[in-house]
Amino acid sequence: MLNAITITQIYVPDQDQALEFYVGKLGFEVTNDMQFGPMRWLTVALPGQPGRQVLLEKPGPPSMSEETAAQVRDLISKGAAGGHLFFRCDDAYKTHAELKARGVEITEEPVEQPYGIDFGLRDPFGNHLRIAQMKPMNQP
Amino acid sequence: MSRAVEESNRRLLRARDAMDRRYAEPLDVPTLARIAHVSEAHFIRTFRATFGETPNRYLQRRRVERAMFLLRTGDRSVTDICMDVGFSSLGTFSRVFRDIVGEPPSAYRQRGPLPAVPSCFAMAWLRPSSLRPSSFGEAAAD
Repeated sequence: MLNAITITQIYVPDQDQALEFYVGKLGFEVTNDMQFGPMRWLTVALPGQPGRQVLLEKPGPPSMSEETAAQVRDLISKGAAGGHLFFRCDDAYKTHAELKARGVEITEEPVEQPYGIDFGLRDPFGNHLRIAQMKPMNQP
Repeated sequence: MSRAVEESNRRLLRARDAMDRRYAEPLDVPTLARIAHVSEAHFIRTFRATFGETPNRYLQRRRVERAMFLLRTGDRSVTDICMDVGFSSLGTFSRVFRDIVGEPPSAYRQRGPLPAVPSCFAMAWLRPSSLRPSSFGEAAAD
């Protein structure tokens, strides 16, 4: 049956701005950037994990009407569009300090949890992300 | 038109995030309105239009959610927890808690410990709703 999650998608209202954030600040690499009809097929992945990609999709016609796209953007900007991304890192405090220095918008400072240490942030549009340093027993 | 709404939403979300992050501090409307780059009156009105409740109510629910968590995961006194989550008066805390949760803090504590989930989800899903009684695999008290 199924054996891997290869691509997941989040909506971004501006793909160039998304690259500045996901590549420029979080350290993703572009895995695909091509024109697919009117759509810019843009995927990114973390270094060393090219098989696990995130599709940065811009909502708009002809996939959906401009009116619907405006509703999607409305939800993103309210932090209600879903598409949460969860990451793992080796050192939550160090990663937090690095991202903060790069001007990333931190929504929750590092918290000690039973499973590790994690903190929250948002991308420039309102999408929510979370980064965790897991305790060894919780590493998949 | 819609771009202006999105920018307004995003600024209000920033103020809402500040409430979620700094709930233990004595946050007031002028501080939050500054984060959202709007006047105080405009902030309360547009926050309500955007998120469906006043900023004060949103902050109260965040504080009560934290109090609910602390009541069920540790043994600090109700008074200490009241102060920990940003209330300055035990009377206000008890009244708001009961109003939102439907039972007093001491009775809620009797429900026992909670499982560990990422705190952003605990915040979003354990936050008591004014519309729906809080529940976490259990019947709501009335």
